[in-house]
Amino acid sequence: MPPNPPRARTALFVTCLNDALFPATGRATVTLLRRLGVEVDFPAAQSCCGQMHFNTGYREETAKLARHFVDTFADYEEIVVPSASCAGMPAEAYPLAARAAGDPGLARAVAELAPRVVELTQYLTDRLGVEEVGAYFPHRVAYHPTCHSLRATGLGDRPHRLLRAVRGLDHVDLPAAEECCGFGGTFALKNPAVSGAMNGDKARHVLETGASVLAAVDNSCLMNIGGRLTRDGHPVRTLHLAEILARTEQDGPLPGVPVAEAAR
Amino acid sequence: MTRSFLGWPAFPEAAAREVGNRQLRENVRRATRTIRGKRAVLAAERPDWEQLRDSAAAIKDRVLAGLEEHLLRVEEKVTAAGGTVHWARDAAEANRIVTDLVRATGEREIVKVKSMLTEEIGLDAALEAAGISARETDLAAAIVQLGDDLPSHVVVPALHRNRAEIREIFAREMGRHGRPAPDGLTDDPAELAEAARLHLREKFLGAKVAVSGANFVVAETGTLVVVESEGNGRMCLTLADTLISVVGIEKTVPTWADLEVFLQLLARNATGERMAPYTSTWTGTVDGDGPRAFHLVLVDNGRTRALADPVGRQALRCIRCGACMNTCPVYERTGGHAYGSVYPGPIGAILNPLLRGPDDPQTASLPYASTLCGACNEVCPVRIRFTDVLLDLRAQVADGGKHPVERAALNTVGAVMERPALWKAAVKAAGLVGPLLPARTPLPGWTDNRALPDIPGESFRRWWKRNEGDRA
Ligand code: SF4
Repeated sequence: MPPNPPRARTALFVTCLNDALFPATGRATVTLLRRLGVEVDFPAAQSCCGQMHFNTGYREETAKLARHFVDTFADYEEIVVPSASCAGMPAEAYPLAARAAGDPGLARAVAELAPRVVELTQYLTDRLGVEEVGAYFPHRVAYHPTCHSLRATGLGDRPHRLLRAVRGLDHVDLPAAEECCGFGGTFALKNPAVSGAMNGDKARHVLETGASVLAAVDNSCLMNIGGRLTRDGHPVRTLHLAEILARTEQDGPLPGVPVAEAAR
Repeated sequence: MTRSFLGWPAFPEAAAREVGNRQLRENVRRATRTIRGKRAVLAAERPDWEQLRDSAAAIKDRVLAGLEEHLLRVEEKVTAAGGTVHWARDAAEANRIVTDLVRATGEREIVKVKSMLTEEIGLDAALEAAGISARETDLAAAIVQLGDDLPSHVVVPALHRNRAEIREIFAREMGRHGRPAPDGLTDDPAELAEAARLHLREKFLGAKVAVSGANFVVAETGTLVVVESEGNGRMCLTLADTLISVVGIEKTVPTWADLEVFLQLLARNATGERMAPYTSTWTGTVDGDGPRAFHLVLVDNGRTRALADPVGRQALRCIRCGACMNTCPVYERTGGHAYGSVYPGPIGAILNPLLRGPDDPQTASLPYASTLCGACNEVCPVRIRFTDVLLDLRAQVADGGKHPVERAALNTVGAVMERPALWKAAVKAAGLVGPLLPARTPLPGWTDNRALPDIPGESFRRWWKRNEGDRA
């Protein structure tokens, strides 16, 4: 028998937003990946993918962050990202940023690195080939497919397949699921009235499902929708998909969240 | 008086006003959802839909790459068929040409077939200033005109109005411009249509001069094509003595075989119909039948500017089906007026800055009138990649130095993020929240609508360090 190939070195790019505001998503990602036999490193030099800069029109500034990203992750075989919108940046935005900065060296480095950057859901289903990840989550959950996960990263029904395989989970359909929540990075700041109207409709649809938890693969969108639900006094929790997939029977139900009828 | 988009406020301001109008939001939501649903069914019906889109995009790109050659062919063929071709660099020139042509006929009232381009150049106001009244004959365009309103959609200009509002406009205004609405008019659609029919018939039969646009110009024969659903266009095109067609230079298609592709896409994507009820074509003049004089005014008005933009030029593929606006969640909340132009929604957000330049506050605000959700990319029959163009235009606006404060803020964040030590310190102090989501400076844009998330006691990197040390 040939010897096993050397194990791929896997890095976690946790994203700046998760690092500072949603550390539980990063912790859950680590827990989940370890349970599935993947050892992740966390290169401490990592910072931000530059999405906010790029989407606001600042391409040369994005190139600086792209250079930093490339330097930080160059040695890893695969880079797992618990965010669909940030995972898409190296492939979609960095080549344009490199061109704007007139840096062909960066463009080459990016072309080499980008295929190794994978969104978490895709990593689980496509690279590891799993749908049932040993999770237990006895709650009623609606899933919001964020625009980037849907259209830029093309996750398709992967998150649904993962959710359906979770023991105890009552998966309910979200009306008008594919409609944008109105976050859009700086859109929420530059066009607050329109963003607020879109978010209000999204929050209403979430409430219509009777779910106690709203899941997604981008905390930025969840922060937007969750912020609205909280402000209006609704006890619906927003959770990154990784935080659902990481929980097992040992953890029991999520404290403070009603247990779904189906799981009783 | 004719209202115009001149001096319109920037998008955020105009949009905030429209979003506050509950009736308008409900009207737009209802209408766009209906058309959106019909379109989805009819697009799914064609197994070759994606290939049709590919062909349409490829044909348009081919036209744009050799535009001059195709236009010269149009001129040659139209002239040979007895028409006269005029070239207009901008709105003022186009308006002057049309006004002079109408003046020469001695007429004071003319009829119009719905044309976006004449709205774009403000033709009605120019004619009015010359003492000529131009009456719209497309039902939706007539509703907008009678209501002294502005169009809010490229296919359904009165989409923002409901039946009750239309009844009110008819009852109040029709009498001032010709045959009045019948007494006791209700908001029953059949009654409204009949009132419009009678009012407009009087216009058609009296008109000696008609102004039209065109959906396409077939270069190989110099033939113009109008696709419509009411038949008003065909009335204008055949009953008038003088026909003046005002057309954007990007409307050219090389051959009839090319036209076939667009005719298969247009109605399905625009109104969710298999075919448009009326497709009219006309070529020059024919003795004893139809208009005795035919003029084609080919208008640039910023199109060559857009053509010179390597990323943005794809916006000139647009065939004005309206699907992008019917699908856009931003348009759904604001309606069309917020975009300050006859071209609203995603196409408006890119086409207006491309035509006029992205350097006044209004056009500079349009590339930001999108969440970049990408829903529009999926429905455009000519495969315009809106998100690519929006991002490129944003880079042009940012490079124009219009947002020094924003650039400085993002630069600071960028500088911190590039330096691991500073970044760690920033995350530790949750100082990141400052620039990303300015919690400490009051930010009404965010907090008017949502609560801020709690700032966790421990960042991810600190947790990692505590548990893993410097293992990684
Ligand atoms: S941009 Fe595309 S979808 Fe929008 S109106 Fe034009 S052709 Fe239709």
